[in-house]
Amino acid sequence: MGDHGPAKGFGRWLYTTNHKDIGTMYLWFSFAMFLMGGVFALVIRAELFQPGLQLVEPEFFNQMTTMHGLVMVFGAVMPAFVGLANWLIPMMIGAPDMALPRMNNWSFWILPFAFAMLTSTLFMEGGGPNFGWTFYAPLSTTYAPPSVTYFIFAVHIMGASSIMGSINIIATILNMRAPGMTLMKMPLFVWTWLITAYLLIAVMPVLAGCVTMMLMDIHFGTSFFSAAGGGDPILFQHVFWFFGHPEVYIMILPAFGIVSAIIPTFARKPLFGYASMVYATASIAFLSFIVWAHHMFTVGMPIAGELFFMYATMLIAVPTGVKVFNWVTTMFRGSMTFETPMLFAIAFVILFSIGGFSGLMLAIAPADFQYHDTYFVVAHFHYVLVPGAIFSIMAAVYYWLPKWCGNMYDERLGKAHFWLSFIGLNVTFFPMHFVGLAGMPRRIPDYALQFADFNQIASMGAFLFGFSQVFFLFIVIKTIRGGAQATDEVWDNPEGLEWTIASPAPYHTFTTPPAIK
Amino acid sequence: MRLITTQLARKGLLVLSRAAAFPALLATSAATWAAPGDAVVDEAKRWVVNMTEGVTAVSREIFDLHMLIFWICVGIAVVVFGVMFWSMLMHRKSVGAKAASFHESTMVEIAWTVLPFVILVLMAIPATSSLIKIYDTSEADIDIKIVGYQWKWQYEYLGEDVSFFSNLTTSQDEIYGRAPRGEHYLLEVDEPLVIPINKKVRFLITANDVLHAWWVPALAVKRDAIPGYINDAWTIVEEPGIYRGQCAELCGKAHGFMPIVVHAMEEQDYNDWLVEKKKEAVEIAKMNELILPLDEMYARGEEVYLQSCAACHGVDGKGGVGPSMVGTAITTGPMQGHVDVLVNGVQGSAMQAFGNQLSELDLAAVVTYERNAWGNNMGDMVQAVDVLNYKKNQ
Amino acid sequence: MATKSADGYEHYYVPEQSAFPILATVGLFFTVFGAATFFNEIQSGDSGIGGYLSLAGLGILFTTLFYWFRQAITENMQGLNSAQMKRSYVWGMGWFIFSEVMFFVAFFGALFYVRNLAGPWLGGEGDKGKFIHLLWENYRYAWPMMETPDQVVNGAKAVFVGAGEGHSMYPVDAHGGLLKWLPMWNTIILLSSSVTVHIAHVGLKDDNRKKFTRWLGITVLLAVGFLYLQYAEYHEAYVDLGLTLESGIYGTTFFMLTGFHGFHVFLGMTMLAIMWLRARKGHFSHEEAFGFEAASWYWHFVDVVWVCLFFFVYII
Ligand code: HEA
Ligand code: HEA
Ligand code: HEC
Ligand code: CUA
Ligand SMILES: [Cu+2]
Repeated sequence: MGDHGPAKGFGRWLYTTNHKDIGTMYLWFSFAMFLMGGVFALVIRAELFQPGLQLVEPEFFNQMTTMHGLVMVFGAVMPAFVGLANWLIPMMIGAPDMALPRMNNWSFWILPFAFAMLTSTLFMEGGGPNFGWTFYAPLSTTYAPPSVTYFIFAVHIMGASSIMGSINIIATILNMRAPGMTLMKMPLFVWTWLITAYLLIAVMPVLAGCVTMMLMDIHFGTSFFSAAGGGDPILFQHVFWFFGHPEVYIMILPAFGIVSAIIPTFARKPLFGYASMVYATASIAFLSFIVWAHHMFTVGMPIAGELFFMYATMLIAVPTGVKVFNWVTTMFRGSMTFETPMLFAIAFVILFSIGGFSGLMLAIAPADFQYHDTYFVVAHFHYVLVPGAIFSIMAAVYYWLPKWCGNMYDERLGKAHFWLSFIGLNVTFFPMHFVGLAGMPRRIPDYALQFADFNQIASMGAFLFGFSQVFFLFIVIKTIRGGAQATDEVWDNPEGLEWTIASPAPYHTFTTPPAIK
Repeated sequence: MRLITTQLARKGLLVLSRAAAFPALLATSAATWAAPGDAVVDEAKRWVVNMTEGVTAVSREIFDLHMLIFWICVGIAVVVFGVMFWSMLMHRKSVGAKAASFHESTMVEIAWTVLPFVILVLMAIPATSSLIKIYDTSEADIDIKIVGYQWKWQYEYLGEDVSFFSNLTTSQDEIYGRAPRGEHYLLEVDEPLVIPINKKVRFLITANDVLHAWWVPALAVKRDAIPGYINDAWTIVEEPGIYRGQCAELCGKAHGFMPIVVHAMEEQDYNDWLVEKKKEAVEIAKMNELILPLDEMYARGEEVYLQSCAACHGVDGKGGVGPSMVGTAITTGPMQGHVDVLVNGVQGSAMQAFGNQLSELDLAAVVTYERNAWGNNMGDMVQAVDVLNYKKNQ
Repeated sequence: MATKSADGYEHYYVPEQSAFPILATVGLFFTVFGAATFFNEIQSGDSGIGGYLSLAGLGILFTTLFYWFRQAITENMQGLNSAQMKRSYVWGMGWFIFSEVMFFVAFFGALFYVRNLAGPWLGGEGDKGKFIHLLWENYRYAWPMMETPDQVVNGAKAVFVGAGEGHSMYPVDAHGGLLKWLPMWNTIILLSSSVTVHIAHVGLKDDNRKKFTRWLGITVLLAVGFLYLQYAEYHEAYVDLGLTLESGIYGTTFFMLTGFHGFHVFLGMTMLAIMWLRARKGHFSHEEAFGFEAASWYWHFVDVVWVCLFFFVYII
């Protein structure tokens, strides 16, 4: 049993139990969602190109904002990281596959169905979800379109998928390591995913509870979020952000792992401070549970709460700083080259830090009274998400694609993609800091005349950035279909078990565990 | 199923065709941002890249705090990125750099854990003191209750018997580019909030339907308006002037069309205004005694409708967020039911109770208008006194 | 026994391709799509096929899961699973239970929030209650909240109507005295069922199959008893007391917490009943009892949740 190759036809993908197949499906799904979420973003940016309403009506604009956020967060970034985990974790720890292969396939297939249901709401009577990706009650309950019920159930099954996925990852990492692969020898990508999986298991059920409360308020007359019945709309926000804040770290911790793999390779120098990286990741994860209300500084919390959440949030800068310093020190006195994955990784460090700095500014509660719900916040989170999460995923694809498909990508095209993305992104998102500080609220389809200049620039940048992602698709397909044969090591003496096996990686790897030095 | 597919096709095509028009849009508006005829924004207001300093002690304090943190971050960035770029330049393989092999140093790690921590503590000190100041809402001179509605603000001067709504005045024509946009496009209202300068004004903020947030940057006041709860905030404005802001919490369709205008004036002017306002209230009460003919009611009703109802029920009465008003059981049914919907709203829906938002005369007018517009042609009408009696008897 | 490679290392069984996951997904999809349609139909008063769609989905889902589990059991009995694989199952179940704990945390958190923060604010306490009289004049907060702010202000027009004084599920309001206070009996039942399932486990360890099946059976019966009493309690609440999901935040939190717990008792009972059937067919041995052990862990978890519920929902 076991040593044969993949099955033929479409059944291979439907019925597969192979971690590489499942990883591949996750990655393609995520890319499709990225393009879809991107098209929604382009509708937003096109409408915001000029003051006035030109392309869409406000109702539809709100649906675009909501769906853009939901699709990018739950459809693009999270599945991409799960896809990478599927491909890489077994190869990195010397395991034959994921711990629970059939359940693994189930976790994946739920997603296309969940998103089909979610996007179908756009075509329903009354329109799709229009209450923002944070779906604050009571706009999302009493005042929501009927499609909200489908939205709720889509979130439920997406959550089930995430929980099963992370149980699988935890079981794999804790139970399937090759003999001698002690915890403190694991690659950082594995470490960051282990911690991320714990975050997921802890907060996805809370999100499920949150949407369940909504469901009950909408259909069964409960009063969780209604003061008249003794509830509180703010209760919604507490429950949501108890999930929501760890969620944003779910979208960045695996990215830290990826960057920690790439920088040492191209600096030709071991990662600086491996142990402190592990501890820093764990501290970030721990802190992420006690900072949620920094999204709620303006709801009028008692001052003690305000201060607590401000201090706790500021603290996160410390372990995150440790990581940044470690990466920089890894580069210091290295022997660096700048292939595409490294370019993305370096851009990650710089631009993520900029996003982190604006995060720190947001954490200062009195200042947040001026920033909150403006484009300054939009700028902050796109800086941590786009050149953060998305860039790390692209870096990972360039870094490991030769291992996956056996072909080398075209370095010239890769660099071109990087520079186009880099420029497009900064042109899009940097001006958002300015309009935000100047007072432009977020989630509006139309704005006062003085914000026009920067918005126009941002819109043009968005189209450039969007175009360069279509280019990325082209590069990936081109690489898969042909190109220079990649060596097993691919790079110059990279660290990790995945480089000890053939390129492309055979369908089954490590059916007997490798020896670990 | 068929419903879904046809809707899918229709909506998809619509958006696609409009998106396809985008390059054309790009071309037509080429270098200028303004559609022809739009007001020219004051050069000083264009390309603004920073937060306003505002006109209160608190807003200036927040501005200073913001700049302080900003410069600290810039400082850290210069050091960190400096080292990084230096490594990238000097320790490249192409310039012959040989990789060192160090990968640990407890001393360094402790240093760069402790140092940021100390910096954070230094930031936290002024932040805490500002926050405490902002939270001190005691001993106010004036209390104003602010209520957010979909999509307008109500201001009630507690103890003064003065209360009014503040609606966006920018026209649909401007929004859809059929008329040149004015200087205060989207930031203008029919009745601004009026406050005296150098007095501690306390805002008691709440909402009637969904969450809103009352935000005026120049005052550095942003507080969520939460249905069923009251948040308090305060300000002491130091310079007379007109300050503009917007609703800052997604509240549905017209969230972007819910501006706030604060008119701060000398105390004397404020007192005069207050007296004037009270006189107005008396006049409105008198109007309620009027009996008007159908055409006058219709004309008045149309005005009210466009101001208060069209956002949800459509200019043509064909509906939107709310249902169509054409030939329905309510609008062409018994008068009683129609008045009831308006006075009490529909519980648990976006249809608010307009009973204390509009005067009796306006309520009567808008009912009359609805019953006779868009081919409803009921021919009947209702007068202010009827509405008043209806309210009294329920 | 699992196959061993030449160097003495156990082979990890990676199952063949399987149609179960995709079938289960289809089932799950129709379950929720149908349920959403059904709920919207109720809301708008239409009648449609939502409910049937959902039931059909559930049918597919559970049939698939049945065969899926059956296959997993068969594989295990064929000796395909290594010790390592078995550990994977243990980890899987353990963290699944943890995720369930977090689900309850959300609801307990909500209870804590409305009782200790929001409620007092509505009643005019604390800084956030300073001006609340502008909205809820004369409302006084008390827990259990038997009268909602809505009622105090809007009287007969209130949408959220509390059950009224004396209609709570607290012991002070127990009808017919403490001995007829059902939650106490339920606590006794559930606590003893944790003991009986443990005795069954001990029986299995001693290879005493009779003791094993008998005590497992008793556990299932206790679960049935618990559910019956909970049904009786709900009946009393709805019919005699007028305490419902819709009676403000007390009814809301009471029914949501106890209801979800009851649902989990039902799940745990089903698991145990299946294990009982399997035990009677001779499954499980003293070193090979994952299915049973998983169900019993789940049962202990349900028990612990109840103890918290009893304390936070019924006592304090
Ligand atoms: C990947 C996602 C991600 C990440 C990593 C972060 C990281 C951080 N975020 Fe961000 N955030 C979001 C995603 C993310 N955020 C999203 C999506 C929202 C909006 C949600 C919505 O409303 O829709 C949001 C909103 C948000 C808010 C609410 C704003 C508002 O609505 O008013 C706040 C407030 O405190 C905040 C703070 C922070 C902080 C302090 C960090 C820190 O982790 C950053 C730490 C990093 C650094 C500080 C830089 C590197 C450090 C050094 C070089 C060391 C030395 C530095 C110092 C001592 C200063 N974020
Ligand atoms: C990981 C998450 C992620 C990512 C990657 C992005 C990516 C982008 N976001 Fe996103 N954004 C969010 C998460 C993210 N966003 C969230 C959470 C919100 C908050 C939502 C809310 O308020 O509720 C938000 C809100 C948000 C707003 C504010 C909306 C508002 O407040 O009204 C804007 C406005 O400019 C914006 C723009 C963009 C742009 C231009 C991109 C670009 O990077 C997109 C790049 C474009 C493409 C990738 C398209 C490529 C495709 C084509 C060119 C067409 C080809 C088509 C086919 C082949 C089919 N986003
Ligand atoms: C914020 C949105 C909104 C505004 C503003 C609004 N309505 Fe409505 N209206 C609704 C909604 C939603 C309903 C449907 C309520 C329901 O039955 O659930 C409704 C219902 C009605 C009905 C009953 C229609 C029927 O056939 O059941 C009438 C009459 C009506 N509105 C008149 C008005 C008038 C007159 C105004 C202005 C003074 C107004 N509305 C302003 C949203 C609004
Ligand atoms: Cu009111 Cu946004
Ligand atoms: Cu956060």
